[in-house]
Amino acid sequence: MTAPAVLPARGLADRLTALFWRHPRVLLSLLLAPPLLWLGVVYLGSLAALLLQSFYSIDEFSGVVKEEFTLKTYAELFRAQNLDIILRTVLMSAAVTLGCALIAFPIAYYAARFAKGRWKAVFYLGVMLPLWSSYLVKVYAWKLILAKEGIITWAADALHLSMVLNAILSIPGIGGNSLSTSWIGTFLVFVYIWLPYMILPMQAALERVPSSMLEASADLGASRAQTFRTVVFPLAMPGIIAGSIFTFSLTMGDYIIPQIVGTSARFIGLAVYQLQGTAGNIPLAAAFAVVPIVIMLVYLTVAKRMGAFDAL
Amino acid sequence: MSFAVEFQAVSRHFGPANAPVKAVDGVDLTVPEGAFFAMLGPSGSGKTTCLRLISGFEKPTAGSIRIFGQDVSDIPPNRRNVNTVFQDYALFPHMTVRDNVAYGLMVKGVDRRLRAGKAEEMLALVKLEGYGDRKPSQLSGGQRQRVALARALVNEPRVLLLDEPLGALDLKLREAMQDELKALQARLGITFVFVTHDQGEALSMADSLAVFNNGKIAQIGTPAEVYAKPRTRFVADFVGSSNVLAPEVTRAFGGPDRWSSLRPEALRLTAPDGVALSGTVTAHRYLGAGSRVSVAVNGTEVSALVPAGHGLPATGSTVGLAFDPAALHVMEGEG
Repeated sequence: MTAPAVLPARGLADRLTALFWRHPRVLLSLLLAPPLLWLGVVYLGSLAALLLQSFYSIDEFSGVVKEEFTLKTYAELFRAQNLDIILRTVLMSAAVTLGCALIAFPIAYYAARFAKGRWKAVFYLGVMLPLWSSYLVKVYAWKLILAKEGIITWAADALHLSMVLNAILSIPGIGGNSLSTSWIGTFLVFVYIWLPYMILPMQAALERVPSSMLEASADLGASRAQTFRTVVFPLAMPGIIAGSIFTFSLTMGDYIIPQIVGTSARFIGLAVYQLQGTAGNIPLAAAFAVVPIVIMLVYLTVAKRMGAFDAL
Repeated sequence: MSFAVEFQAVSRHFGPANAPVKAVDGVDLTVPEGAFFAMLGPSGSGKTTCLRLISGFEKPTAGSIRIFGQDVSDIPPNRRNVNTVFQDYALFPHMTVRDNVAYGLMVKGVDRRLRAGKAEEMLALVKLEGYGDRKPSQLSGGQRQRVALARALVNEPRVLLLDEPLGALDLKLREAMQDELKALQARLGITFVFVTHDQGEALSMADSLAVFNNGKIAQIGTPAEVYAKPRTRFVADFVGSSNVLAPEVTRAFGGPDRWSSLRPEALRLTAPDGVALSGTVTAHRYLGAGSRVSVAVNGTEVSALVPAGHGLPATGSTVGLAFDPAALHVMEGEG
């Protein structure tokens, strides 16, 4: 007897396979429905609630939220003290993003181009390991490192470089009594904490640039600097943008690091935390929370206009 | 006589010094100026490494390389007046076709208007007028190949290196490009060094060719020399799938005690009696213009080319193989 041309169905699994084969969209909707529901209801829903809250205002005498549409709360953002918070947060986020990008690039470049086998594993471990330990532990460790009695001061003394340290600390605006109570300290800790989020997307982007592309550039007469500017950098741009979205938005939303390390001047995250907690001013907290979203949208629009995603 | 490229005892070894992988091992070769030179060999034979040694992406472990008489051992790729058409084309995906072609002029600091004009000229040369505003992703494989060619020619290199440039194209397109490349080379007079694993391509396009095997050159010569008078068993088999006959068979035909080669087209199938070679037909392969008949002769497989229109013996039948003794080529090299 010869084997049949069509094999019999072996029960439910085969019947389901047949159903999905005839109607490919059924499987897709089954797979997508739960996460889309989650995203739609929990995430977008709460975002919508937040937006709604930001258009309410608070009664200055009774402290009760008035549920009427108004732009008064947004107008409050433009008060000098609130503008300061926004400006300070944006400047810090931009500085941290730039710092992360400058430090991450050589590391990501090495990992993408040269690291092989075991060294690649060492790279991933080295980048990921700090992510596995507690955020608070890392921040407090940095507070100790940067403190006036900390290892940096000690090392500077031992190397007779106290002059340099003091010179850095006396820079007006970003200096301070010690590293742990200055803007420089806040910046350093932010850069350390968010660095992996810059390295990994950058490395992924650089890995996708075939080495023949770099060879073609050199072959056509380009110096290393020209190859970097005209080939490597534009092709790595989507990765740099992806990394900068992480570092920028994470810095803008963080409210713990500025409390522990730095001048304890307020950032957006801390303002939101205090306004919705102790102050009970939910509308202003909501309006503050909208600021990073708007800034990110502006940032991405500008990046797209400048052709950052052309190589995607 | 001046040489475009000259290799003197060039080696390129990879890996640890005590157990190196000898990608290129003691190669001597000269490419005459204005030649269409092919480097032919199976994958891993060292031909591509030789090309990369000329462009400067590899440095020789030993030996010296000269380009138009100048030692280039210490010259980085961007200062060698040599350009490459890469196997994967390596077009810059974020630039338009025009910017890709003009890249070599851009990095030299040529003015924008001047280089756009020159790029258009190069695109016309490869018959892609009007494609300047497109991105490489909007082109077909054959068109990308032409852009890569235009980009490599824009700097007017002294030597153009082509790394299996036609490998990714389908047969029809490949044949058309072969003719075009040949015509282009004749017109521009630039020395072409062409790497391929396709012996048909090498034979039809090159003025002279080097056959590579295991990092060494097995033979250098004109296509006709290499095809008709292979130096080694490897060359005989790789270039044109010649029949390789053992020394005792060569001796049976009055030759010296050496390996010899016999082209399939030199053999005629006859009746089994009264001829020196006879055996059992094991297989036929239809080739269109003829058929290749495999005959087992005392354990050695011998192929004969039977032109279309002639009858084919059945598989399993015994046939004789006749040939003109002059067609038997005795090889000087071993291996």
